[in-house]
Amino acid sequence: MQTAIEHFPVLIVAISFFSAITILAAGWINKKTSSFICIATILAQFVASLFILNHVLTEGPIHYWLGGWKPPWGIEYVVDVLNAYILVILLFLGLACAIYSKRSIEHELPHKIVSFYTIYQLLITGLCGVTVTGDIFNMYVFIEIMSLSAYALIGSRGNIALKASFTYLVLGSIGACFFLLGIGFLYSVTGSLNMHDLSLLLPPLYGNKIVKAAFVLFIVGLSIKMAFFPLHTWLPDAHAFAPSEISAMLSGIIIEVCTYAFIRVAFSVFSVNFIRLLPIFDILCWVAGVAIIMGSILAITQFNLKRMLAYSSVANMGYIMLAVGLSASAKNYPWCGLTPALMHILNHALMKGCLFLVAGAFIYKADLWDITDFRGLGKKMPYTCAAFVIAAISIIGVPPSVGFVSKLYIILASLEAKKFVFVAILLMSSLLNLVYFWRVIETMYMKREEGEEHSLTPISSKDEIPLSMLIPVLTLASLCIVMGILWLAEIAIPILNKVNVMFGLVVIR
Amino acid sequence: MIEIAESLRPWLAISCPALGAVFILLFSKRPNLRESWTLLASIVQFSIIFSMVPIIVKGTMIKSYLFTMFPGINFGFKVDAFGLIFALTSSFLWILVSIYSIGYMRALREHAQTRYYFCFALAIFGAVGVALSGNLVTMYIFYEILTVSTYPLVAHEQTSEALFAGRKYLAYLLTAGCVLLGAVVLTYSLAGTTDFDKGGILTVVFASRSVLMILFILFLLGFMKAAYMPFHSWLPTAMVAPTPVSALLHAVAVVKAGVFGIVRTVCYIYGIDLMHDLGLGVILASFAAFTMIIASLFAIAQDNLKRRLAYSTISQLSYIIFGVALLSPMGITGAMIHIPFHGVMKITLFLCAGAILVASGKKNISEMAGIGRAMPITMFAFTVGALGMCGVPPTGGFISKWFLGLGTLQAGNLIFLAVILISSLLDVVYFFPIIYTAFFGNSEGTESSLSNGKKIKEAPLFMVFPLSITALLSIAFCFSNPVTDVILNLVRLVISN
Repeated sequence: MQTAIEHFPVLIVAISFFSAITILAAGWINKKTSSFICIATILAQFVASLFILNHVLTEGPIHYWLGGWKPPWGIEYVVDVLNAYILVILLFLGLACAIYSKRSIEHELPHKIVSFYTIYQLLITGLCGVTVTGDIFNMYVFIEIMSLSAYALIGSRGNIALKASFTYLVLGSIGACFFLLGIGFLYSVTGSLNMHDLSLLLPPLYGNKIVKAAFVLFIVGLSIKMAFFPLHTWLPDAHAFAPSEISAMLSGIIIEVCTYAFIRVAFSVFSVNFIRLLPIFDILCWVAGVAIIMGSILAITQFNLKRMLAYSSVANMGYIMLAVGLSASAKNYPWCGLTPALMHILNHALMKGCLFLVAGAFIYKADLWDITDFRGLGKKMPYTCAAFVIAAISIIGVPPSVGFVSKLYIILASLEAKKFVFVAILLMSSLLNLVYFWRVIETMYMKREEGEEHSLTPISSKDEIPLSMLIPVLTLASLCIVMGILWLAEIAIPILNKVNVMFGLVVIR
Repeated sequence: MIEIAESLRPWLAISCPALGAVFILLFSKRPNLRESWTLLASIVQFSIIFSMVPIIVKGTMIKSYLFTMFPGINFGFKVDAFGLIFALTSSFLWILVSIYSIGYMRALREHAQTRYYFCFALAIFGAVGVALSGNLVTMYIFYEILTVSTYPLVAHEQTSEALFAGRKYLAYLLTAGCVLLGAVVLTYSLAGTTDFDKGGILTVVFASRSVLMILFILFLLGFMKAAYMPFHSWLPTAMVAPTPVSALLHAVAVVKAGVFGIVRTVCYIYGIDLMHDLGLGVILASFAAFTMIIASLFAIAQDNLKRRLAYSTISQLSYIIFGVALLSPMGITGAMIHIPFHGVMKITLFLCAGAILVASGKKNISEMAGIGRAMPITMFAFTVGALGMCGVPPTGGFISKWFLGLGTLQAGNLIFLAVILISSLLDVVYFFPIIYTAFFGNSEGTESSLSNGKKIKEAPLFMVFPLSITALLSIAFCFSNPVTDVILNLVRLVISN
């Protein structure tokens, strides 16, 4: 007997898809409805995802067979702790961005409101689909849905954004090809597409060159999609020219969901035993180390705030991949296995989401793009700037923020793996982060405005963004601190540890 | 075995400045109420911390853990006698600096006063947190909060000079913070705990001697707030900040947190025995001795009063490091006594420097001829503070130098005794010209009145009151009285068990 909650995974995807169509139809009649439908749908999805998380934690994974077809023939949706966790994060940030976008889209894209929300909802559909599916080909399909909507959204401002979008389209498609080739290789040796089925069929074939090649194809394909260091070239332009809520989604969720896809493929389709056969994770660690340093250095050279944040995302993807790379060798609770990586996925979503929304707020209010123009903003927009400071401090890694906890966990994991060089890299990177974020903070608060040099009375008065934009920003900023303390208190760690147990990364005592 | 009592007092103490900061923000539009919150928070905090004294003096430790962060690391406080000394110093001086700030900031019509009071409260939050922390990780968290929250204070003037000072401050101290994090994590991975424990938690069993030596160097670099040479230059640069901020940096919180951290590392992480074993004591003492002498020489060359005081601080802080590095009971006593004593004496000097600035607008010593005749109370207080720095009785400075001298003898090292004496002599060399100029200097060549023609007179009462209190305290420290007894009892506790 299936309970209602076991239908939720498919409902989350289906509602989202139908809502996209509804937005288009209703928007035909009245443009104003589209944002409300979108927010209401995502809110419903978010609540459903909480129920799913609760169910998964108490009752175990949900298996849903689409159309009643038994796997491996039919498509199966599998939700375990890992996807439920990612699902909650993505819908939470999706909700925050949707609420934020109501006013900012009216300002930025007044003629494209309906199409914006339609595609935004499709993006959410794709993201949810990637997360809940238990079928690797189905995952590919949803990754493409997600990517195609992202291409459209990034190009929505027209002009130069179209070029950014096109670069992303070309590179993203190449990535998708690699991913598809990987699927093809696996199918050719096993004849199955269901992840669970594959994981049963693959172990005898681990020595097979085709299987190894498939794994490498997955890594390369998904590395492009998640903007992992040498393959990140599409990301800065895409982030800089997209509407800010899309930059926030792109940086906070889309590339993270691709990381999730990688973790899923590496640990669910393949397994720890396979990974331990190859030195691939060691290589991953080193590339991630280079990504962290290079991302930060490139960020220092930027003057456009959103480009700077984009390079910071490259560095932060390095953090996540470094943590993934260390996951096979760290075994001590609480920094064992994937815990640091999954933790940083949430943390990065909060921090980067907040920062991009703040960047959007500056564009909304005064069309400010460059850091040098931010003089005096600390007085004009006190709440927004305070949120920026909190999120920036988080990324720098000042305790007790989320960034500090991530850094601490990754450092502990690399110490356990006896890879001391990464400790140095992480500490080094927080200094580089300090350099490029403090420049912004200093300009916002400390540099005097022109003409104010001699008179001490401020010439600028308060000019805040509307409340519906401010609330998401402040929520994300405060969560940067609250979650940090919760992580330190180890409140959510047991949830993440269930993932490790599931993937056999830790031995159950 | 030391008894351990559970109590919420550390949390109450720490919440005072935090709540105070919130209320300061809320009342930003009403200056009088805003300042009363600062005062109220500081007074309540001091009384809570003081209420812990009787418990600690009985030989009990106060412990209060909130949650476990990692196996073997709890987030929370463990108050011992040493931590309490620092907490008492910081919170007591916060009251005086708050009173003084009101006078100073209003007299000079400083801008962004809400930000100033807010960040000041946060800095105290960090400092008291550092003092009461039960382990390195908790301490690190508060230490970094202290670093970040003092940045807006250092860069308060927002001129390009102040911005440079702020940048330099952060560049030095957050780099050090990163190194410190590395050291903390390494300690944890070696020892499996970071709790402060009398006698140390590290032993030669955990790692080779060279690893332990490197770790110690990392700790030393991490506690760069102690401003030892050659990593001191952020401190004189930070002198562009308003004078109460300099007082915070030099006496109340910042540099003291650095020194406090070094003492914690030496006595509670490494332990005296291990330090002896590794031969680190002599090396550390030599470094400190170097700073003591060289910083004094630098101080002689400064004409700006606050910069001269800054170099004096650098020299005096190394007394504390020096005392601990002697690894003898008397030396450690001297070092620990010097934390509150130097705090009180140095704050007197800074408050005087600020009072002179407010009353006459003068920053350089060469302009101060005859100012002692115009501002007798301030300059008398200054003289007391200066005598304390030189270690002349009847001031507290004499007591701490006495113990330090005994410490060198206990350690059996006469060269170090000579260092202390030479350094004291140099202190005299750079402090007495100031006093001489102020009282007996020929004021003909310099302006004896303000630009608007008024005669120079004493600074507002809000400023004169705190500096007289600290000056009186500096003298009182030399004699047996309840205040001195409390401090001495606490130090005796640290040494004995």
